[in-house]
Amino acid sequence: MSSDVAQDRMVLPIGLLIVGFGLLLVAHYQGLFVVPAEAAMGDVYRILYVHVPCAWVALVLYLLAFFAAIGSLWTGRSRWDARVEASVEVGLLLNALVLIQGSIWAKPTWGVWWTWDPRLTTTAVMLVSFMGVLVLRSMIHTPARRAVVTAIATIVAFVDVPIVYMSVKWWNSLHQMQSTPETVDSVMHLPLRMGAFGVLFLSLGMIGLRRRVAEQGLVHEKDAPDLPSPQSPLELDGYQGGEE
Amino acid sequence: MAILRKDLLIEWRGRSRLVALFCYALTFLLLFSFAVGPDASALQKHAAAYLWLAVLCVSTLLLVQSFQVETEQGALEALLLLPVTPTALFYGKALANTVFISALGFFALPTALVLFDMTPVGPTWMLALVVVLGAGSFAAPGTLYSALTARLAAQQLMLPVLLFPLVVPAVLAAVKATSLLLEGDPMGQLPIWLAVQVCFDLIYWSLCGLLFSRVVEA
Repeated sequence: MSSDVAQDRMVLPIGLLIVGFGLLLVAHYQGLFVVPAEAAMGDVYRILYVHVPCAWVALVLYLLAFFAAIGSLWTGRSRWDARVEASVEVGLLLNALVLIQGSIWAKPTWGVWWTWDPRLTTTAVMLVSFMGVLVLRSMIHTPARRAVVTAIATIVAFVDVPIVYMSVKWWNSLHQMQSTPETVDSVMHLPLRMGAFGVLFLSLGMIGLRRRVAEQGLVHEKDAPDLPSPQSPLELDGYQGGEE
Repeated sequence: MAILRKDLLIEWRGRSRLVALFCYALTFLLLFSFAVGPDASALQKHAAAYLWLAVLCVSTLLLVQSFQVETEQGALEALLLLPVTPTALFYGKALANTVFISALGFFALPTALVLFDMTPVGPTWMLALVVVLGAGSFAAPGTLYSALTARLAAQQLMLPVLLFPLVVPAVLAAVKATSLLLEGDPMGQLPIWLAVQVCFDLIYWSLCGLLFSRVVEA
């Protein structure tokens, strides 16, 4: 019975993955073969159809992680903690992809792989901030404390997200302004929107699956036998084994 | 205020540690001079950046200590039994850390001026204000992260890993404001950077104060 429930709970994320993958395929076909080349950049610009959706969705996932962190602090329930972990992990994946794709585009366009542009720098800082959250999380082995610490670190790290979004407006940036339907040609709308929904559904599917893995991990932790009592507060603080 | 007084007293009684931190800041500034070489104009151009990097790096050692004394022998639990709210505890500790980091800045600033052979163009009280605002923007998140990582064996590693990315905008504002006061402000940009510093101080102090009670409860 419980395995049926578990299988039912897998249907939605797997469905999202399939829909997202399908949308991405169509968006890439449109972006690579249907939409004409850009007047100044030629074919190099086509990476925009995967770069911009990844950037949009990375920010959305960090926003989800932020709300899940508030939910985790508010309710104290482990399912919210699992959502925080899953959203931050998938958000980090997209964040890293955005930086890599941006570098690939920057080399032929700007002539360099990396430049200390405000948008690039704040995006890299955002990556390091959320990596710090996951590293911190991995060092704490008490589930309740780990959930609180992860939630707080996520909320504080989220301070960087609006800065990344607004960086192109606040500073003189090489990077173009935020891509919206008003700032790109109308022929780009369809592949960009399909790409955005494709990456979003794919990411939500991955979060759904990752969340279940995290929840199973928590169940295993609960079932695991207790460790022997520490001899002294120093040992409790991790001087044996380098963890909490 | 009692928490602030307690922390100031503890640091004063162990003031050799503070002296060591000041020496560390001086070493940092000297290292920048050695790394750049005897090019006075290059040193002067980036003096504000060297100053704030030295203050930030040395202040992490201060911040790491902030909650170590409280985690020893259950001192934090004893503090929480007192009629003080966790929020008051946070603001007391963050204020104490602001005082220490400001003191570090007030030591490092004239040292940098001497080492890099500079005379500030802007008024001294404005420089002091920039130092205090910059110290505040390190102290609030630093205090929160210090509490968050207090029970970790790798605290000395994790505190900068978490703190540095977060305070990048505050460092940027402090460096820009200091640089304008040291070298001149022909475009009148100083008020903007001071406003950025105040904004980040408000964000950090309110957000961290709000979250701190959950850290000590966990």
